[in-house]
Amino acid sequence: MTGKLKSGRMVVEGSYAVAHAAAMCRPDVISAYPITPQTHIVEDLSQFVADGAIDSKYINVESEFSALSALVGSSAAGARTYSATTSQGLALMHEVLFNAAGMRLPIVMTIVNRSMSAPINIWNDHQDSVAERDTGWIQLYIEDAQELVDTTVQAYLIGEDPDVSLPVMVCMDGFILSHVFEPVELLDQEKVDEFLPQFSPVRALDPENPESFGMFVDPEYYMDFRYLVEQAMDASRQKIADAARKFESAFGRYYGGLIDTYHTDGAEIILVAMGSLVGTLRDVVDDLREKGVSVGLLKIRAFRPFPIDEILKVVARAKVVVVLDKNISLGTGEGAVTTEIKAGLYDSGSDIRVPVMGFVVGLGGRDIPVGTVQRIVAKAKTVAESGVSGRSEFVDLKHLRV
Amino acid sequence: MKEIRIHGRGGQGSVTAAELLAIAAFEDGRHSQAFPAFGVERRGAPVMAFVRLSDRTIRLRSQVYNPDYVIVQDATLIEAVDVASGLKPDGMILVNTEHSSEDLALETEATVRTIDATRIALDIIGKPIMNTVMLGAFAGASGEVKAESIKHAVRDRFPGPVGEKNADAVQHAYDRMVKS
Repeated sequence: MTGKLKSGRMVVEGSYAVAHAAAMCRPDVISAYPITPQTHIVEDLSQFVADGAIDSKYINVESEFSALSALVGSSAAGARTYSATTSQGLALMHEVLFNAAGMRLPIVMTIVNRSMSAPINIWNDHQDSVAERDTGWIQLYIEDAQELVDTTVQAYLIGEDPDVSLPVMVCMDGFILSHVFEPVELLDQEKVDEFLPQFSPVRALDPENPESFGMFVDPEYYMDFRYLVEQAMDASRQKIADAARKFESAFGRYYGGLIDTYHTDGAEIILVAMGSLVGTLRDVVDDLREKGVSVGLLKIRAFRPFPIDEILKVVARAKVVVVLDKNISLGTGEGAVTTEIKAGLYDSGSDIRVPVMGFVVGLGGRDIPVGTVQRIVAKAKTVAESGVSGRSEFVDLKHLRV
Repeated sequence: MKEIRIHGRGGQGSVTAAELLAIAAFEDGRHSQAFPAFGVERRGAPVMAFVRLSDRTIRLRSQVYNPDYVIVQDATLIEAVDVASGLKPDGMILVNTEHSSEDLALETEATVRTIDATRIALDIIGKPIMNTVMLGAFAGASGEVKAESIKHAVRDRFPGPVGEKNADAVQHAYDRMVKS
């Protein structure tokens, strides 16, 4: 069966929506390993290839390590590349993640966020990708299926920009977004072709003009290479913002650049979160504002590069910042987002003195009901008055007392 | 916004029912969201799936705790699971059973409706797979979604004679709930 993939607005599974979006970006090479738990994303893509609906080369490999290694080779040869993975699979790629970034290869990979073993648990939190924050990959966290589709296309534009030339993780919440059915506008191939130029790599492997990627360098050079990656990360800030605006002009949808804000102007309490939890928080903010609570929401869309300048601008006049982390940096007692906002506040050289409250929520798929968020905001109100916050806490523990 | 919780056993197509309901409601012009209660799926084990329907974009991502409607695909679950948990007093619970609502003696203030969906499935589809029948019954009992949209979603998902039989069963169940 050879056929065009359907476009237009319809109810589909989040995973299918991502697979469709990736297909519209015309990747030359897709490589994946069918680990448990994988997702329907790579299953759908392999179906598209088998059906002749897309021209990509699909490489089925023997491990996640190999999946990303295959893309490193392909990308170095000038191919546009795609993969999707999750939790333990991403962990198995750890070593290769550094290589992909260090070799400046703009691979795009969807991370279906799930917890890390042990104990074995296949449900959602952000531990898998947050743990890879220092590998040199841009990380974008996504709120709903439509943003997922649209950001997948933006990810190629960002990563392949010659000033950036870095790999990008598009992070989506496992189950909550990967298994949801909801209305999505599936993109039209012609419109994506117009929006996303063909990949023209800064450098590519070429037998006629041999070059090497990822070579041995001694202490004379290594540190400077690392600095170049940091510079590229820094350059990506503007490119992420630009890609979001360019997408808005072409498709009429916008989700924020590095961050997005919701009712933050003049808000005393500012909630901060990443991923699908942001959707729930929007409902809570609307509800609480109706009841007269001065609360707003800051969505972190790019966790790498970390948008500290944008965050500081938003929280400068708030009375309390409330961070909901779906990860725990063990040994610090708090999630990574909490730590980084605190660090940014201290480092800013400004006179912003706003208390930061950290809450570890939703680990291993523990649901985050509206009531939980309301209780958190109630605590924040007292801190807004006193100006003094305590240590981060684990929210909704069931079998242990804090 | 209306929230629906579907109870079934692994293999009874509860997740598929949720998806089809979301697709049908979208065809009616509403926003919809369907997702399973993410468990480790095993045949026969109790499972849940959720649906949200709204006239506005649905942003909420938590599980459903206070449903407007509950659909129970297998009445034997009533002994194992608190199927009416959190159900709104002005809501409705629809149970697949040969018994009457009074016989079920559910502890809820909500309306209890019953339908022998397994019988209808056996008679019309020829198999005891009742998920689409329950959707037809839900459409008839709740008025939240058009029978025609359910049938369209069913035919789209199961092309050919299987889809046609399922669509007939949907209509049959719909008519029965509307009349009774």
